[in-house]
Amino acid sequence: MSTNTISEKYNELKGIAAEKVKDLPKKTVIQVGMATCGLAAGAREIKEAFEKEIQENEIDALVEEVGCMGYCYAEPLIIIYKPGFAPFCYGYMDEGLVNRLVQDFLLNDDPCYEYALVALETNDVFPTFEDFPRGVYEQKIILEECGFIDPTDIEQYISRGGYSTLAHALTQTPQDLLDIVKEAKLRGRGGAGFPAGAKWETTQKTEAETKYIICNGDEGDPGAFMDRSILESNPHLVIEGMIIGAYTVGATKGYIYIRAEYPLAVRHVEEALQSCYQKGLLGKSILNSNFNFDIEVFHGSGAFVCGESSALVQSMEGKLGMPQTRPPRLATEGFQGKPTVINNVKTFAYVPHIVKEGAEWFSNIGTPDNPGTAVFSLVGKVNNTGLVEVPMGTTLRQLIFDVGEGIPNEKNFKAVQIGGPSGGCLPESTLDIPIDFESLHEAGAIMGSGGLVVLDEDDCMVSIARYFLEFTQQESCGKCTFCRLGTKHMLNILTRITKGEGDKASLEILQELSEDIKAGSLCNLGKTAPNPILTTLHYFREEYAAHIEEKRCPALMCKDLIAYYIEPSKCSKLCSVCVGSCPTEAIYTREDGLKAIDQEKCVKCANCMKTCPPDYNAVIKLSPPELLAEKEGKK
Amino acid sequence: MELTKEEKDAVNEEVHELLQTFGKERENLIPILQNVQEKLGFLPGQAMEKIAKHLEIPAVDVYGLVTFYNQFRLNPPGENEVKVCLGTACYMVGGHITLESFERKLEIQEGETSEDRKYSLERVACVGCCTMAPVVTVNDEVEGYVTPTRVDGIVNSLEEQGNSTNNDDTA
Repeated sequence: MSTNTISEKYNELKGIAAEKVKDLPKKTVIQVGMATCGLAAGAREIKEAFEKEIQENEIDALVEEVGCMGYCYAEPLIIIYKPGFAPFCYGYMDEGLVNRLVQDFLLNDDPCYEYALVALETNDVFPTFEDFPRGVYEQKIILEECGFIDPTDIEQYISRGGYSTLAHALTQTPQDLLDIVKEAKLRGRGGAGFPAGAKWETTQKTEAETKYIICNGDEGDPGAFMDRSILESNPHLVIEGMIIGAYTVGATKGYIYIRAEYPLAVRHVEEALQSCYQKGLLGKSILNSNFNFDIEVFHGSGAFVCGESSALVQSMEGKLGMPQTRPPRLATEGFQGKPTVINNVKTFAYVPHIVKEGAEWFSNIGTPDNPGTAVFSLVGKVNNTGLVEVPMGTTLRQLIFDVGEGIPNEKNFKAVQIGGPSGGCLPESTLDIPIDFESLHEAGAIMGSGGLVVLDEDDCMVSIARYFLEFTQQESCGKCTFCRLGTKHMLNILTRITKGEGDKASLEILQELSEDIKAGSLCNLGKTAPNPILTTLHYFREEYAAHIEEKRCPALMCKDLIAYYIEPSKCSKLCSVCVGSCPTEAIYTREDGLKAIDQEKCVKCANCMKTCPPDYNAVIKLSPPELLAEKEGKK
Repeated sequence: MELTKEEKDAVNEEVHELLQTFGKERENLIPILQNVQEKLGFLPGQAMEKIAKHLEIPAVDVYGLVTFYNQFRLNPPGENEVKVCLGTACYMVGGHITLESFERKLEIQEGETSEDRKYSLERVACVGCCTMAPVVTVNDEVEGYVTPTRVDGIVNSLEEQGNSTNNDDTA
């Protein structure tokens, strides 16, 4: 088919899209961030409130659902586009604020600067993203459109140039496209960083009638949610990447594997696929070319190990999701025994950008060996939680203290857990290492899925290590003995340590087992499972020692090693908030009117500590609990 | 959990109907199970046996798969489904304490359904609302900052709702 008809067909689609959005700039548009995080914070109520107010006041405005901008700490978020004003973004929305914005901004012309977070266009009065430290470090490529377009409306994607890269790619030879991806040195964003070009080349060169391409959206890592966010907020970008990939390697059928726990992502992707079929972007003769390609959604059933590609294929074939020995590589013998390319959601999302802007553009971002950007979900004890995209090579310090704006409540930074259950905990001293696949690996962590949990002085490292090990132990598929039994054994040891029952030999055994599990496991789940323990043992050994030798938890977190105590000198006779807050009625009033805790009944829920008025701050934690006798003896 | 005769008949009928829409290939197993669970809320033993027969595979293969994946459940969900998030951020601020409070208050363990089927309690890995930790979802509504006292409040309000709908029925 000639080049002409492909571009003609695309221009036709683009024309329709342009027609549909052409009136938007003349209209007031309110975009409400309605990805899962926004919905949880009450975005639906905000949207309904706007619709109601607009109707009541007879305003000519449109309320749109958009995805996630990544500023999760300020959810629910909205953007108001009003002709004559720069678009403003407002956070921490509630119904009162909706009313205020409608009355003051929509009906009158006061944009309520005191509630605005940021302006989206440069203007004379209000700062834009570039004026904040976060804007300086961030460079959004795959998150660029997230939160600014309606993910369920294909016209919005097309009108912003979407699918133009596909139209261009279909006029190139598969070899040309492969060369671009290889030259760009795009590395798989699933965690291991395997060069995508090499994978694609193997599949392309393997002779077979049927080839598959699979998008891995089985994001099972607790604390990471970027794949979900991209699929929810901009599914067409991933689909476009997949179609280009399929054309490059010669695949005729694609699957998007999404966790069943992400119902919104499933819905958005399914809707997106449908509109692609309607537009002739999927199915037979895509954009009038002679290339045929179909995509289906496969609902994953929630097993962490299925993020490993050979386990993922097993589960798609209706079997237990157990990783398989290689060779054969999936690229030559994958799903149903056919050559299969499996890449992460983010990897596919980069493809349209790379093909459009060229390999050189991509290599100029980040570092020479790790070109491009990295997407992190920044959570835990950090001020600006959310999704961030920074060039590779940015340091952890910049990420946490500039982009994340540091630790809340004036606490001290203790560690950053990076890479989820397969990653490690890095202390202050490692914060200046640049973020890339190799540097993180050297420090003992991994890039992994990009989950980044910031820990402060109140977090116990032993407990954290135990938490992640408990996760991998439960999610171990059970195929390899070391992973199945070794992690269980390690978990038992760590549990004993957090209960103050550990002994000196424990640490040696932990170290030994860690190395054995690494050596004796087939897949990366097992190979990386000991990472949280190895890094905490390496960087925070004294904390383990305190648990074992002094039966003390320095962070006052391990329940069995602490006791709650009400300091009589600070407690007031006039207050009894804590008494009511206690779920087990463990707090009683002493003869002198002050309050005290019955240790037998106390379940250590910390409620009394939270409810004790700041004027008194009388509830304290003691570790080891033996200190209690000393305190009570004194009285 | 024992099912009544009517429930068993209903299960048979629903599963039978669903199976008509699927071929006998092994790769249909997970989609079939997902569809059955969506219809019934859980996977009773007899449903698994019927599915095994349809796909001509041993029933133990179906059971093995059901217990392997987190999505599938063997107990019927309660009228009120409580899910406590134990993702990293929630765990750090005491998600496990919240879970314990629910266990104490509802007198069931995590993964169980109460005898009267009014409540079921589960843990989930991460609902993606890390900024409001600790998070609990009650009948798919997300509740943020759930302390043990809030647990009492949540359960009490569910009790009250239950009582008021019962009264409506009798009125």
